[in-house]
Amino acid sequence: MSQVEPAAPGSRELRKDLAAMRRRALAIALLALAAIDLLVFARTTSAGSKTIFELNAAPALPVPPIHIPVLATLVGLGIVCVLLGLAQYLWKGNPRTYLLLGIGLALTGIAFLAWAGQGETVDVEGLLMTSLIEAVPLTLGALSGLLCERSGVINIAIEGQFLIAAFVGAVVGSATGNLWIGLLCGALSGGLVGLILAVFTITYRADQIIVGVVIDAFALGLTTFFLLSLLVPNQMTLNSPAVFGPIPIPLLDKIPIVGPLLFDQNIMVYLTIIILVIVQVALFQTRWGLRVRAVGEHPRAAETVGINVLRIRYRNVILGGIVAGIGGASFTIGSTGQFAHNMTAGLGYIALAAMIFGRWRPLGALGAALLFGFFDALQFTLSALSAPIPSDFLAMFPYLATILAVAGLVGRVVPPAADGQPYARE
Amino acid sequence: MSDEPLRPGADPAGGGSAVARIGRFFLSGNVVVVTFLAFVSALFIGAIIIILASPAAVAAWGRFGHDPGAAFAQSWHAIATAYSALFIGSIGSPRGIVEAIASGDGHRISGAFYPLSETLVSTTPLMMAGLGIALAFRAGLFDIGGQGQLILGALGATLGGFLVPGLPIYLHLPLAIVLGALFGAAWGFIPGILKARTGAHEVITSMMLNYVALNLLTFLLTTALFQAPPRYQPVSKAVADTARLPHLAGPSLRLNLGFILAAACVVGVAWLLQRSTLGFKFRMLGANREAARVAGVNISLQYVLAMTLAGAIVGLAGTFMVLGVDYQVAAGYGGTIGFDGITVAILGQGNPYGVGLSALLFGAFAAGGRTMQLDANIPLQLVQVLQAVLVLFVAAPGVIRTIFRIRVRGAGRVFGGWSG
Repeated sequence: MSQVEPAAPGSRELRKDLAAMRRRALAIALLALAAIDLLVFARTTSAGSKTIFELNAAPALPVPPIHIPVLATLVGLGIVCVLLGLAQYLWKGNPRTYLLLGIGLALTGIAFLAWAGQGETVDVEGLLMTSLIEAVPLTLGALSGLLCERSGVINIAIEGQFLIAAFVGAVVGSATGNLWIGLLCGALSGGLVGLILAVFTITYRADQIIVGVVIDAFALGLTTFFLLSLLVPNQMTLNSPAVFGPIPIPLLDKIPIVGPLLFDQNIMVYLTIIILVIVQVALFQTRWGLRVRAVGEHPRAAETVGINVLRIRYRNVILGGIVAGIGGASFTIGSTGQFAHNMTAGLGYIALAAMIFGRWRPLGALGAALLFGFFDALQFTLSALSAPIPSDFLAMFPYLATILAVAGLVGRVVPPAADGQPYARE
Repeated sequence: MSDEPLRPGADPAGGGSAVARIGRFFLSGNVVVVTFLAFVSALFIGAIIIILASPAAVAAWGRFGHDPGAAFAQSWHAIATAYSALFIGSIGSPRGIVEAIASGDGHRISGAFYPLSETLVSTTPLMMAGLGIALAFRAGLFDIGGQGQLILGALGATLGGFLVPGLPIYLHLPLAIVLGALFGAAWGFIPGILKARTGAHEVITSMMLNYVALNLLTFLLTTALFQAPPRYQPVSKAVADTARLPHLAGPSLRLNLGFILAAACVVGVAWLLQRSTLGFKFRMLGANREAARVAGVNISLQYVLAMTLAGAIVGLAGTFMVLGVDYQVAAGYGGTIGFDGITVAILGQGNPYGVGLSALLFGAFAAGGRTMQLDANIPLQLVQVLQAVLVLFVAAPGVIRTIFRIRVRGAGRVFGGWSG
């Protein structure tokens, strides 16, 4: 296979450079966060101002709101960030990049909320709730991409799978009146799109990225076409499904703060967690997972020990489609009900970014999805406050973070070796 | 991805009578034949979708057992209505054109040529976007960031168009165009330099930059610099008259100089790729990266140059849209044209002239689709489906081979994975 490429130009020196660059960049990033904290936020804060963090979600479980002294918080968090940055700069060992950056970002997030909400009430519980709900399709989409790419097939069609499954979920859920059938059909439609991707890229060995992009265009055109020609005239029968209601988990949902957040959600949240655990365990603890990873890393070697490369790839791409289909169905029958034009609005691509940001690992994907979901939710929270922050810049965060991630500034991002390479038997 | 125009005689077993040669040409499954068969397949799948969306036809199929003729008649009616509106909207009614010319009435003539003018107006940005993306293709790079580069180009052109009023047109118009190209180039430079310096895959970085550009546009349309004066709506200030591309066929037709410039760019890019050293290096890189490295080509530099150039050309797509048609930008400007450019580039197989023809086809689809939506009440998005199916088959010639049982030369182009 002449297509298997050597690594990027000057790879060994580059890698060494990158490690040093990364350590420096991370230290600078942490110090920059501290600088923003102390120089921008703290300077514009008056001494006595307070922010109220509202943590109350369920009226049945009253939690007293927390009054936060803004200036003291900003200074304290800023100092912690400075220390983290210095430690990172001086510490020569293997940097715990993600952990440190996560802590830094979380601290800055708290500082930011305290600063932006001075004299007002910030609905922290609502913010976390929205982040979690936003993270559901992102996590499922990222898991779909991960299932495909671990076997060596790039899935850019996640966006298309989302759209088609959201459409099918809404229509079937509405026509049959049964949400479970809607969810099932949504998942299967995602799997069907996966099958199309598999046929074109595995059997006919077309370029995976091209086919994925074109499938996305196809899905957008097809769903909008049928939305306008069939659903709009028959809104009541075909496009008004019910939505899954919350299922409280006995006892656990009574825990303050955490209970309403994690244990009183609808089936989509629970399903996401279950699928996440299954993928994590199956991929790294089972023989199946070992085979999949072997096919994704070195298909020729896998074939020589008797693994059927094409069959594994087919199975994974279809499975990935089904998982993305569940994520797609969550857009309609999992939250808003009705299907709307281009309602996924590029979230399929952010899911792909979450997979890369999470370094092709299920738990990493979850972390990235939560982070991206948080920044999305933050825009809503901020629009409720009077702080003059252009939300457009917050909206850019996931994209900029992903660019930095693939540029190697926050840890090395290594895809499976045979990712994107069509496989031909000898 | 051969550059030569198709030569029927290129078959090793060439010779024989003209008929035999023509027969072999069609059976050999070259690019033209595959594209044609893909087009037929796309129309066929489109027809099925039209039937599904037509209540009368679906109802007639429900009574198939009693009246099979009605099912076919209703289906045919639905398909014919849609496709004839598509044709009339993109090319016009041939009889109408002949009669209008015969009448000699200028007003009637421009009315008859309105569909063609609309086709060329829609073709212009598609051609530029496809051309830029095709250029990157040839250097082995997949520029998926057309949308962002187009937005930046439109922003640059708008800025140049309203910032310095009072310039004469021969200074103002070039200034706005150059600014548009520079903005687009900057947006192409970022993935290029990231790939050269860190190995970050251009598909990811350029895709992410699309969304950064969209949000940047939304933000800029709230600033005093860009937003149109009453500042209620997310639209920019209008481009001054002196920075607008002149109309080519009277004020009632939107056809403007942008189309001529785009056509010139096709020739220019073809020259660049075929005749210049830079183009040769790009093609070397695209054909075999290792060989190019061994031959002493500075790969990192070529990545940056190719992406920057691609960004500039795609930026011109946005530039020509603003300066030729819309005269201002709004939130979400450009729509899906940046993505359509990818399909145009794939359909054109990365060949500049192929891209030009593909853009004409998609431009006709876009113009015809608008008429189809208005006259036949069939949503415009049907053409998006047709385009996607067409390109899907062209990208995987093996599928066409299987369906039509013909030989196909060569496989589709493969870029490989993230690590490339």
